[in-house]
Amino acid sequence: MSSTSNAMKFTLRIWRQKGPKDSGKLVDYKVDDIIPEMSFLEMLDVLNEKLAAEGKDPVAFDSDCREGICGTCGLVINGIAHGPLAGTTTCGLRMRHFRSGDVITIEPFRADSFPIIKDLVVDRTAFDRIVQAGGYVSFNTGSAPDANSVLVSKDASHDSMDAATCIGCGACVAACPNASAHLFTGAKVYQFAKIPQGQPERDQRVLNMITTHDKEGFGDCSNHGECEAVCPKQINIKTIAQMRRDYLVASLRT
Amino acid sequence: MNLATAAQSSIGRKLISGLTGLLLVGFVIGHLTGNFLLLAGPEAFNNYAYFLEHLFHGAGLIIAEIGLIVLFLSHAWSGFQVWNNKWNARKKNYEVPGDAGGKSKKSVSSTTMLWSGVLLLAFVVWHVAQFKFGIIDTGNRAVMVDGVEMRNLYGIVVDTFAQPLWTGIYVIIMVMLGFHLWHGAWSAFQSMGLANDLYLPTITKVAHFLSIVLAVGFVALPTSIFVFSNHFKAESDKYMQQYGTNETSGDMIYRTVSGLMSAEKGA
Ligand code: HEM
Ligand code: FES
Repeated sequence: MSSTSNAMKFTLRIWRQKGPKDSGKLVDYKVDDIIPEMSFLEMLDVLNEKLAAEGKDPVAFDSDCREGICGTCGLVINGIAHGPLAGTTTCGLRMRHFRSGDVITIEPFRADSFPIIKDLVVDRTAFDRIVQAGGYVSFNTGSAPDANSVLVSKDASHDSMDAATCIGCGACVAACPNASAHLFTGAKVYQFAKIPQGQPERDQRVLNMITTHDKEGFGDCSNHGECEAVCPKQINIKTIAQMRRDYLVASLRT
Repeated sequence: MNLATAAQSSIGRKLISGLTGLLLVGFVIGHLTGNFLLLAGPEAFNNYAYFLEHLFHGAGLIIAEIGLIVLFLSHAWSGFQVWNNKWNARKKNYEVPGDAGGKSKKSVSSTTMLWSGVLLLAFVVWHVAQFKFGIIDTGNRAVMVDGVEMRNLYGIVVDTFAQPLWTGIYVIIMVMLGFHLWHGAWSAFQSMGLANDLYLPTITKVAHFLSIVLAVGFVALPTSIFVFSNHFKAESDKYMQQYGTNETSGDMIYRTVSGLMSAEKGA
């Protein structure tokens, strides 16, 4: 790639950690020839090509769809999960949101429930176990049910869908001063609490998901609201209030 | 689900923290309102104190005190657990911590809740020792009003806040209270599940307003006594000339306590 007039350069301070047991440290790298339209991950690709060409170990980071829908990517950029742009995943963040010459610190999502596998890659299977504990609805398979046999109002379906946009990236945990997963769990509880299909298992769902949340070692929620501010899908903290309401009712009823 | 188990969950702790916090806010509002009787003079204030102390033959006050102790302890305990759990949940913090800004509600108030709370707890213990048990003797005597013997609590309060040290300490702690409630008063509704996106903006505004009103109110009383201490002292002296006895207020408290204890033994 030749130097273009608007090419940007950066000093990157990246968390390098060989494996789960390694103590890890920040290492400085320089990149130039970065085009403003590049995504943050493409900028890291440029760095990794350079490192590979020099025979060095490339920086490990997660990504899949690179279009903001899968929840695989996730970096803490200058102390903010998914970086400075609200409502955006790391893969959606463009380099034009930085100034050429900036020093950018890149760290993994930090929480003891998200152990670091290598460099910027963390193990988020704790989320899978929370979902397995109740983030589903049960129904009989077999012949197709009659159309419109379960009526859902437009408002309820929108409300539920807003919560269901959660892509499970884990930024809420990364941003929470207490490393709580209440926004993630709240979104999963909320999406079913608002529609008829979610009612039969409603009580058991919230109790089991919270029990698993706590067992996985996530922290308690102090209502700081950092989670909502970094959430790429802008999940509202009203989902946490709903989850608490449901938990109270469920523990009184069962 | 077993309620004791539910109370030990990450949600149970917040339900308790929010409920006890809000009940404490209720107490504080009542306490401030009652204290404004200081402005109505010694007779009004002392009669009010006497009324509280003898509500249901003294049982009312004891029930209220036990309730308050339970509230303070369970509130402090749930808050401490929330704070403590965060250290286990993230043992290695960020090298460069940041604030998300935008929709975040994180503030100096929200991140120092435990410390403002610990100060408040220490203060409450001292406050009770100072005004209920009178461990600092202000030299005030008991009074006999219409054949009823009572403490001149008004005099004790006035003599205390005539001193810059005590006014200063109380002002600092009361600012701390407002600071604790800046986050606490809206957070409690969210913690109890009594909020949604429609109500939360209003709840937050009212809560912020309330935290300022309470802090200003509690700061106003000691400072006005300090500034106008001549006036308040003159009121107290006039009252003492009319009703004063030779018994110290301290003696009265001990007599009340031992009286209660012997009544208990007799029963
Ligand atoms: C006894 C000393 C106190 C301690 C140690 C204490 C501690 C705490 C802590 C640590 C929290 C934050 C909980 C969290 O992060 O989730 C909190 C919240 C709160 N505190 Fe206190 N506090 C004390 C006294 C008070 C008093 C006197 C009041 C009221 C006048 C009060 C009202 C509140 C409220 C309303 C909340 C919000 C509850 C919630 O969000 O669930 N606190 N307190
Ligand atoms: S890689 Fe799929 S959301 Fe970023």
